[in-house]
Amino acid sequence: MATVDLKEVKKVYPSGVEAVKGVSIAIPDKELCVLVGPSGCGKSTLLRMIAGLETISAGTVAIDGKVVNAIGPTERDIAMVFQNYALYPHMKVYDNMAYGLRNRGTPKDEIDSRVRSTAKVLELSALLDRRPRELSGGQRQRVAMGRAIVRNPKVFLFDEPLSNLDAKLRGQMRVEIKNLQRALGVTSVYVTHDQLEAMTLADILVVMNAGLVEQTGAPLDIYEKPASIFVASFIGAPPMNLLALTGSSSGPILADGTAIGFAPPETPAVTLGFRPEDADVTFNAEALPGALVLPATVEAVEPVGAESFLHCAAAGSRIIVRVSGRATAKPGDQLRVVAKAEKLHWFDQAGKRVD
Amino acid sequence: MIGQSPLRTFIAHAVLILGILIVAFPIYYTFVASTHTLQTILRPPLPLLPGGQLWNNYGEALFGGIGRIGGVSVGTLLLNTTIMALGVAAGKIFISILSAYAIVFFRFPLRMTFFWLIFITLMLPVEVRILPTYKVMVDLGMIDTYAGLIIPLIASATATLLFRQFFMTIPGELVEAARVDGAGPWRFFFDILLPLSRTNIAALFVILFIYGWTQYLWPLLVTNSNDMNTIVIALRKMVSFADADTEWHLVMVTAMLAIVPPILVVVLMQRWFVRGLVESEK
Repeated sequence: MATVDLKEVKKVYPSGVEAVKGVSIAIPDKELCVLVGPSGCGKSTLLRMIAGLETISAGTVAIDGKVVNAIGPTERDIAMVFQNYALYPHMKVYDNMAYGLRNRGTPKDEIDSRVRSTAKVLELSALLDRRPRELSGGQRQRVAMGRAIVRNPKVFLFDEPLSNLDAKLRGQMRVEIKNLQRALGVTSVYVTHDQLEAMTLADILVVMNAGLVEQTGAPLDIYEKPASIFVASFIGAPPMNLLALTGSSSGPILADGTAIGFAPPETPAVTLGFRPEDADVTFNAEALPGALVLPATVEAVEPVGAESFLHCAAAGSRIIVRVSGRATAKPGDQLRVVAKAEKLHWFDQAGKRVD
Repeated sequence: MIGQSPLRTFIAHAVLILGILIVAFPIYYTFVASTHTLQTILRPPLPLLPGGQLWNNYGEALFGGIGRIGGVSVGTLLLNTTIMALGVAAGKIFISILSAYAIVFFRFPLRMTFFWLIFITLMLPVEVRILPTYKVMVDLGMIDTYAGLIIPLIASATATLLFRQFFMTIPGELVEAARVDGAGPWRFFFDILLPLSRTNIAALFVILFIYGWTQYLWPLLVTNSNDMNTIVIALRKMVSFADADTEWHLVMVTAMLAIVPPILVVVLMQRWFVRGLVESEK
């Protein structure tokens, strides 16, 4: 139904704080774009600028090819789902959903049929006469979604909509949002600080840090090839293990003097990383060519059920290794952590990826 | 309380009952006096039980007219006072909710200056500015009018501050949701802000109605003719220095009637705003 194009968008507050420092993102029609980043990275500000709730200091925001910098949220034909749902407390569920349509002068019988059909999709039909305070968190969330859907807007904007739900419900709603968005085919922008939500929902993932885009791409591409140390440690849980490198006469070695054992990339790198799930542990002492081998001491074991996380001390830092099923290692065990060369990530002085 | 002994219950109740008696007895005695003839009242001691003049006295005061205040009936006084109290309460709420709305939800130049201007009027009691106010009312020809009674009293810094505090607790997301839903400033005010303020409006109305009802100095100055008096002023005028000159039975009736509307407002609005308190949620 609509594309969303951001070109060099900036936000400078009157106090001089630069919240967004020039962001360009192109979101194709019907795709869900997730903005992810730590708090204060400017992702919410960016979303609010797309919504028209925040003025744009520089650059342009275009919806469906039309620059909307100068027009208000109402005319942009967007719908927003807020973190605290922002339901009108004094209105019934029905009126909450109908309010936006009424303000647009939609005929009464059309409002009624749209509210009822949306309520049916979201399984809210039995709740239409309730007030928000009589609903559970998950139900309120649905009403907030319903209020957005019923308007049939060009773009959905989600501002951390699941952060007030408990973990189980969050998982459930995540799948539901994804299915709904796909079924309705509405271009969406979704802000979250939860990398799991970001990974699972996104068609396009935008990782933001300090007002700038660190990396844009498909979630798995970003996971497999993080463009910087920041992205590497932000995407993936537990985060990527990072080890500092120092130069020596025979090429880079780990900070504690451990040799790498194979040829590093040609471009000089100062940091080496590997994901917990890309490493394994062994108690044997055989030579393993083409792999990084680190002698390590197990400090803690976290069994999660299907997998276990071993927290180890190796090469002067803490690293985490994921092993599937029940871990045989115990705290205090001496073992070797093994990561295949092709699974290693290398970063330069500026924290950028080198290959 | 846990493990309460009968003796303690007895003492607690005795203290409470004594308290009620101390508060209620003067009102009861006023009521008793309002049901006796003037002669009975003037010949002590006054009986402790109501007499047989209830309908006569109340009928005479409400519909007949009272000599000492120029033959004006208490009915007229009640009407005057009700108009004034309602006008003051409604006017204060109207003005303060609008000014609080402007101060909280709009960004305009000198916003904080206006806020402080309103705020510092709290430091000026009515009495300080009563002379200039009176002069203005005279020049505008508002002496002996309802407008003259009401308008000088309807600016309220207190109510503005109360509404401001309440508005500031309304989450920003709610305001933004309304903007996205296409509600302009007026729609937001009427569809969202006003319904959410119901509880506050009810509470303020009770306080302000009683404030308006019990006004003394301003109505005394601004009303000259007897049929524009409020009930409080008339009550004062009915009492003469000489006991024999005063129609005490009618004074008592007027006093009783003067406290009925405020009590009614409290009782009726109380139910309403308790319900509002239970229902409202931000």
